[in-house]
Order: sequence, then structure tokens, then C-alpha cells
Amino acid sequence: MAEKINLKIDNIAVNIDEGSTILEAARKINIRIPTLCHHEDLCVAGNCRVCMVEQVDSDRLLPSCAMPVSEGMEILTNSLKVRSARKQVVELLVSEHRADCTRCYKNGKCELQELSSEYIVGENGFIDLVPLKNYSIDNFSPSIIKDDSKCIRCQRCVRTCNQLQNIGALSVAYKGEHMKVSSFYEKPMYEVVCTNCGQCINRCPTGALTEKTYFDEVWSALNSEKKHVVVQTAPAVRIALGEALGMPAGEIVTGKLVSALRRLGFNSVLDTDFTADLTIIEEGNELLQRLKKALVDGDTSVKLPMTTSCSPGWVKFIEHAFPEYLENVSTAKSPQQMFGALAKTFYAKKIGVEPENMVSISVMPCTAKKYEADRPEMRSSGYKDVDYVLTTRELALMIKQAGIDFASLPDDEYDSIMGESSGAAVIFGATGGVMEAALRTAYEVVTGREVPFENLNITPVRGMEDVKEATIKIENVLPEWSFLEGAELKTCVAHGLSNAKKVMEAVKAGTAEYHFIEIMACPGGCLGGGGQPIPTSPAIRKKRSEAIYREDALKPIRKSHENPEVVHIYEEFLKEPLGKKSHELLHTHYTERNRY
Amino acid sequence: MTEVKQLVKGLADQYGRNEECLLPILQGIVTSEQHISEDAMVEVARELNISAAQVYGTATFYSFLHTKPLGKYVIRVCKTITCMMHGKNQIIKELESLLKVNLGETTHDGKFTLMETNCLGQCHKGPAMLINDKPYTDLTPEKVREIVMMYRNKELRSN
Ligand code: SF4
Ligand code: SF4
Ligand code: SF4
Ligand code: FES
Ligand code: FES
Repeated sequence: MAEKINLKIDNIAVNIDEGSTILEAARKINIRIPTLCHHEDLCVAGNCRVCMVEQVDSDRLLPSCAMPVSEGMEILTNSLKVRSARKQVVELLVSEHRADCTRCYKNGKCELQELSSEYIVGENGFIDLVPLKNYSIDNFSPSIIKDDSKCIRCQRCVRTCNQLQNIGALSVAYKGEHMKVSSFYEKPMYEVVCTNCGQCINRCPTGALTEKTYFDEVWSALNSEKKHVVVQTAPAVRIALGEALGMPAGEIVTGKLVSALRRLGFNSVLDTDFTADLTIIEEGNELLQRLKKALVDGDTSVKLPMTTSCSPGWVKFIEHAFPEYLENVSTAKSPQQMFGALAKTFYAKKIGVEPENMVSISVMPCTAKKYEADRPEMRSSGYKDVDYVLTTRELALMIKQAGIDFASLPDDEYDSIMGESSGAAVIFGATGGVMEAALRTAYEVVTGREVPFENLNITPVRGMEDVKEATIKIENVLPEWSFLEGAELKTCVAHGLSNAKKVMEAVKAGTAEYHFIEIMACPGGCLGGGGQPIPTSPAIRKKRSEAIYREDALKPIRKSHENPEVVHIYEEFLKEPLGKKSHELLHTHYTERNRY
Repeated sequence: MTEVKQLVKGLADQYGRNEECLLPILQGIVTSEQHISEDAMVEVARELNISAAQVYGTATFYSFLHTKPLGKYVIRVCKTITCMMHGKNQIIKELESLLKVNLGETTHDGKFTLMETNCLGQCHKGPAMLINDKPYTDLTPEKVREIVMMYRNKELRSN
């Protein structure tokens, strides 16, 4: 056990583990010290200096986020010296910041703005340096806007992209007054290795990194008489939307979400969970087909391990970083894109709407989905399959704009045909969820029995460990799967792209033998997606994860292949998994991309 | 293999492929190419298995690692406080009018680039400047004219 340290903060005694920082000690006794560069998910940077505190009998101020506690220390967090230093730090930051708050997307949600209002940064601060700077705005990407004039160079984004994601799309360039956060050669984010995961957006304290928004386009569609507007909602939205509308983390708000979408005027309120179930059928069958080809037909061209394909951040990552493994990625489209392709074909026909009069919207926990919807190959219906992608945050904003009191909304149900889903689809939103959903179905297809886990809960693939592995022994199989008798299916689950990279490097080095790998680009899976409510932290992600598994347990149907609407769409339209229609609408291909 | 690929590979073979080898490799590129091109940076990133943005960040941090093509003779005038007080501004004005370029630019014939730099350690003899690796101190506008003339004549002779 760690040694305990005794110290006093603002004359209150604290007892805390050795190695803790002053900031942590202060939080323990509910003293708030402002921070900007500090973030719970990231390593200490200590560069913003807004967290300075005074040590009694010492003439230096200390950065509390970086300074470990020591025995007998006496700290003041609110002395005159501290307050004036803090105010000056904020004033200096503002002097280089285009403080255009009333026109800023982060207005009301910005950490710099909050501090400026707390310390009343008035007219008498430092002179405004913004006119002298050559700041630029990069808004070429369909996912991300990078506005250097709002950047306070705290480097949270750089640490996120390097540490959590191990992409390094952003780095610090130049020095001194010219120092800036930059992509390779200051190229637009659209052209570099950025995966559009949006993790940096989730952690940027200001308006320097934000998602590109589409709510104005969606409002126009909703207000157009001629248009039939269809909306789909991803699994992870229903357990996080509440946070952006004043509710605590971990509330399941599925019913209120549906009510709100109806109130906003969407004509069909449908569920991405339906196509999540469909993904399991297509991807599960693809896996079994690959195994059969490899094991029975001895086809050496078959690529194993197969990896999932539903996370567009992961897909873009592998296109840049491991292009030699593109054939290992399942050809199944993500649930969002399967939905889009079916909405303007199958569904449009069913409800008698011309596809050109249909506008297809998705609400996603994700910023990479905006880029995915824009890919040229995502036009299987003959139209853009998904017209606009909104983040959870954008939908929350629309609900506010419409004057809806979200918390008091009654629960409502999704429309039918593409609105039904199983518990297996809900857990797509958590790391390990796709694996669990796939195993629930594949095991049963092969053996005719349910997976041998209590209540279908495949706990080895759940939880927040970096990389999880599980081996499932397949026994007493049905006759047509006799080649799998006694086989051990080796699976691996990773979340966050730095973990994905570790797994892919092991695969490349030949030190890991897997059949099936699930990868989600974001920490925790989609529940920690780049489009989710801000802030994010390990504790918040844990609450969201618990909510997802609660929602799964509450569902009457727990397995994708038992979703009646899925069964029905195969009977009526798709005919069979991996069939001709599926190939036209539900599968895709990938493109090798550059190294920078 | 392209030329730059070969160069970078050779440097990586020589210095190693750990992250701390980044700087010597970049210096090696500057020694042989004078500036680090976009392609060279991508190759360095590939060889060291790091992100290209990180290579760019390092290359732009150091004054002596160039990311843009420069003239044959790079003139760096010290801009730090002592030389500033000794009148580096007159020196720069003189150079600008002699070379007909602004600070940061290269002459049309590609011979001279005019830049500023931080302290050269010649403060006691300021104002000071470097032309490529050679220091010149106690500068006056007249002295600067002579020095530039000398380089120009050298170029004429070599043609
Ligand atoms: S980033 Fe924050 S401080 Fe800057 S303009 Fe936007 S709201 Fe204001
Ligand atoms: S979106 Fe993701 S990959 Fe792109 S810069 Fe941000 S953290 Fe890096
Ligand atoms: S873009 Fe945002 S997170 Fe990155 S350094 Fe600037 S303010 Fe910080
Ligand atoms: S929060 Fe401590 S230095 Fe930035
Ligand atoms: S200040 Fe110019 S050489 Fe030191």
C-alpha cells in the first residue's frame, strides 16, 4: 500500500496517498482549483499555469496539477498572490484568443469562457494580439473544424491523438510566439492521417476543435413540405443524450429520445439498432464462410483474422496504417450505412415515398460517421445513403432550440419495419459488444444451442481493459458445421486506436493468433465516441457502459437473429445473408491511404 | 528506391531508428540537401515508425532545420538583445537593400537567403551574423557591403 502524506490546503488537513498531486488532494476535500491543460484521461502537461497555488513560506507558485504532495506541506489556493496570478494567466490567454464568444459553437460550454467570467477579465487586460496573428481556420473536413484563433495551446488534443489514439495527426510545431498545434505540413485535417474519431474534440477546452455541424441543413429538411425525413439513432446515443440535457450520466433515455425526435418533426423515427442486428447476421455469416473456406476448402487466399468494420475511425486508421490488412476487414458496412442503403430502397418502397424525396438523417455518438457518410462508395441506393449525420451534442442542441423540456417527455416507441432491435444490438455501443452479439448468434447457428454463458452475458469480453481475449470452444455442432467440431474460436477485443495498433502489430509479427477481432476507435467503444456529450472521463464512461448492459438485460429479445424485423427483411427482400441484394446494399470495399 | 528514400534509409542505418535518432537524421538531411522536403519527412516518419506530424513539429522547432528550399548562401543576422542594441536593424536594412529581398526571402538567382536567428554567442562583438557556417562580427553597413561583394565576386569567378 502506498504511504500516506499529511498536508494542509487552505488550512484544512488532508491525508492522501504518496504520489498524488496537490490538485488531487484539493479535490478530495472539495476545493476546486481551475485547470485547462489538465485532463483525467491524459498525462500531465503543466503548460497552462492556471492551476497555480501558493506554498506557505516559499516565494514560488506551484502548478498543482503537476506537483506531488509532500509531508507537512501547507498550500493556499485562494491567496491574493494566487488569485492575481490566475487572473493574469487567463488575461494572457485571452489576449491571443479570438474571443468571439457570441458567435462561437462552444458558447456556454467553453472552459476558457467559464474562467474568464469567473475572474472578470475586463477591458484592462493585455492588448489584443489577435489582429497581429496569422491564424487560419481549417473547415475542409466533413467531420472536424480546426480554428487556430481559438486555440490556447494546452495540447490536450496532441496528447489525446498521440497517447490515447497513437495516431499523431496533431503535433506541436514552431516555437515561442509562433508555436501552434499543427497537422503534417499544416495540411488540412481532411488530407492527413486523422481518423476523424473526434477524441480531440471531446477534450478541447475551447472552440478550437469542434465537429462540423449539420443541424441547419436538418432543420431545413424538417421544414420542407416535400421531404420525408427519416432518422436513425445509434445505440450509444440513448444512454448519453440525457447528459447534454441536464441529466446525470448513465440514464437510459431511449423513450424520451423517440418522443423528442417526433416532436422535432421527423417523419419516420427508426433505429440503427435494427441494422446493428442485421450487421451481426451479415458479418457473422461472413466469418463462418471465411472459416469454412480456410478449413474445409483449404483456400489459402482467405484472410484471417477477420476484423469488424463498424467503426469508421478504425476503418480509416487501417487504411492509413496497415493497408496490407484491408482484406482482413469484414466487408459488411457499418450499421449506419446499412441503414442508409435500406432506407432509400426497401423502406422508401414500403412506405410509398420516392427516394429523391427522402432525407436520411442519423444521430451518432461519432464524428467519423460524418466522413463515412460522405465516402463516394456510400451511394448504393443511387442517392447519398445517409444525407446528414448529427452528433449526440447537435441533437441535444436542436432539442433545446425547439424549447422541449426533455426530462419531462413521456416515453415513446420507434416506428416499425426498421425500428425493432435486440439487446445484442444495444451493446454495440460498448467495447466488446459487437463480439458478444456476434458470438450469441454464431454459436447458436453452428451448434443449435445458446452460448454457454449465464443469461447470455459473455462477461470475458466486457469491461474497460485495453485488450481482451476470449476463446470459445465449439462442441456438438450441427451436421453442416462438422468441420468446426472441437474448434477453439479465438477472439480479441480492443478499444482506442493505440490498443488497436498494439493488436495489429502483434498480428503482423505473428505473435497473436486470432480468428475474429473487434476494434472500436474510441476509448470504451461508441459510448465514449467523439460526438458524445462533453466532458468525458473514465467514471462517466463506466456509467454509460453500465446503462448499456442494463438496457440489454431489459430487452425481451437478446439475440440478433431473433429480431422479427430482421427475420422479415430476409424473407421479403434480402433473401439470404451474403446474397445478391446484400452484396449490392450492405457490403463495401476499402482504399489504401497515405502515410502522413 | 528514390533518392530521398535512399538518403533517409542510409541515415537511419547510420544513426538508428529510435525516437532520439530523429534529430541527427534531420541534421543529416540538411547537411546533404540543405532543406528537409515533405517527402523526406514522410520517409523519416516511416523509417522511425513515428507520425509525420511529429517529424514536422521537430523540424519546424529548430532554426537550423529548414523546411523550405534556401539560397546557396544563408545569411543569418543575430536578432537577440545585445546585437539589437548594437544596431542589427541597420545591418538588416542594408542587407535588404543590397540583396533586394525582405527578411525571410531568397534572391531571384537563388544565391542568398536573408534570415534572423537567435544569439550566436558573439555578443561582445555584435552585431553578428553567419553566412552558412562562417561568423562575421562587429558589423557596420560598410562592412556588410564588402562581405556581400566578396561572395558575389566569388560566384562570378566560379561561373
Ligand atoms: S472558444 Fe470559448 S472563449 Fe473562445 S470564443 Fe469560443 S466560447 Fe468564447
Ligand atoms: S479526430 Fe482523432 S485522429 Fe483526428 S486529430 Fe483528433 S484525435 Fe487525432
Ligand atoms: S486545439 Fe484545443 S485541445 Fe488542442 S491545444 Fe488548442 S485549445 Fe488545446
Ligand atoms: S492545469 Fe496545471 S498547468 Fe495546466
Ligand atoms: S546577442 Fe547577438 S550574438 Fe549574442
